[in-house]
Amino acid sequence: MDTLYIFILSAFVGWLVIGRVPALLHTPLMAATNAISGISLVGSILLAGGDHGTVPTILGTVAVAAASINVIGGFLITDRMLKMFRKP
Amino acid sequence: MMSWLYLLASVLLILGLQGLTDPRGARRGIQLAALGMLAAVGGTLLSPELRTYLWIALGIFTGGAIGAAMAIYMPMTAMPQRIALSHAFGALAAVLVGVAEHLHRAAELSTLQHAALGFEVLFGSLTVTGSLMAFAKLQELLPTAPIVYPFQNATNLGLFGATVLLYWALMTTPTSTPLLLGMAALGLVVGILMVLPIGGADMPVVVSLLNSYAGLAASATGFALGNQVLIIAGALDGASGFILSILMCRAMNRSFTNVLFGAFGTPTATTSHADQTIRSVTLEDAAVQLAYARKVVVVPGYGMAVSQAQQTVRELAEQVAAHGGEVEFAIHPVAGRMPGHMNVLLAEANIPYDQLKEMEQVNPEFPSTDVALVVGANDVVNPAAREDKSSPLYGMPILDADRARSVIVLKRSMKPGFAGVENPLFALPNCALLFGDARETLGRLVARMKAL
Repeated sequence: MDTLYIFILSAFVGWLVIGRVPALLHTPLMAATNAISGISLVGSILLAGGDHGTVPTILGTVAVAAASINVIGGFLITDRMLKMFRKP
Repeated sequence: MMSWLYLLASVLLILGLQGLTDPRGARRGIQLAALGMLAAVGGTLLSPELRTYLWIALGIFTGGAIGAAMAIYMPMTAMPQRIALSHAFGALAAVLVGVAEHLHRAAELSTLQHAALGFEVLFGSLTVTGSLMAFAKLQELLPTAPIVYPFQNATNLGLFGATVLLYWALMTTPTSTPLLLGMAALGLVVGILMVLPIGGADMPVVVSLLNSYAGLAASATGFALGNQVLIIAGALDGASGFILSILMCRAMNRSFTNVLFGAFGTPTATTSHADQTIRSVTLEDAAVQLAYARKVVVVPGYGMAVSQAQQTVRELAEQVAAHGGEVEFAIHPVAGRMPGHMNVLLAEANIPYDQLKEMEQVNPEFPSTDVALVVGANDVVNPAAREDKSSPLYGMPILDADRARSVIVLKRSMKPGFAGVENPLFALPNCALLFGDARETLGRLVARMKAL
């Protein structure tokens, strides 16, 4: 039940905050949330390092790699994009 | 320590997204969010559950190298593909975690955790293949036109129904591995079939929707693992994708159902342009018009990106300014292949962002505009959307370029736009066409204007 509270409230916060992002920044927003969706890295790390047997370790390692692509690539590319938005 | 770091991470992620509400604080925002992610990963690395760091290091190093290389070398025009591809990676991680959790501790999980795990694997698997399909279409490895066959919607709905049935069966016997893997396999098939009938013009909606799914899958992972930061970050991601898909649908005046099952973009029953009288304009005339215009509004579309004309567009804007005119850029919400794509391309070409105007801001300005210059856009300036009830575009909010005193359309050929719909704008008396590759033509225009 606690987890459901957390989910609903954070979805609500997301709705309020992201609803105010201007169309100008929608592509960087998407790249950023994409990096944030790499949060699966957390679950993947617990799996890859938990010593739960061969198959879970292999799956975990691949998952860590896939999520890292998003986290590291996502934040770098968002920053690269935002750097280009020149002040008037 | 771990839960404090998770709390810090969640706060930083929200502050980071908050930063994106203003272009001035956006970069700082994204750095805060990255710091948040670092806190989440750091907290996890401190977890007492971990026995070895070898595989983690291997995964982070490999993935990080690939991700960094993609971030540094990927051209901005390829951004939609890049985003679609990374949705597939995020979802893949969620599916793999789900399957592995099931394999090693299915017996210990509660009913809620099983429900979350099943959801994670189901949504994750259809997001993996759906995103790969979107990637292939955007990269033009597959035809961008909808791929349709008889009874397509019935087949897709039937298969999706079967997947949901498998989910339900899994909930009754949650420890069954064949059921879980069967559901995942069917989810992969559904992901492919769902995106097949969706055309290139609808990609902004699909990419946003898959963004939302990837977030929901991450959130479900959090439910299954009892991990708060996963739930929070996943929910933020899910909300963002959902908002963007709604905005994109609204910008095309279409419903979700229509986008997903409408097979839009099938070139059917379009009026022939045989009865349209098209007027073309010479380079010289166009250059004179632009040079003497007091106000020019440029309407960029995906065609501008295809011919890499962003830099030349900026040079043209500078020439207009040098001749004493004012320039603005009118950006339609679905111009390009993903939300906000045009803004990034123009920002990359060094155009200050206060010249980039949203549809609602710029539309009232067209009647006082001397020249509207349409560069590689088509459907978003089609007045049929406003006037012709029989047009498939009818009701879609458009940029009122036709209301400018004079309209110059740069066009490669008379081919209709993405939606396969004829554009009556071209036949209006105040509209003239300038044929040729956008970048070349703009380059020549700039040269002529310099000489004036």
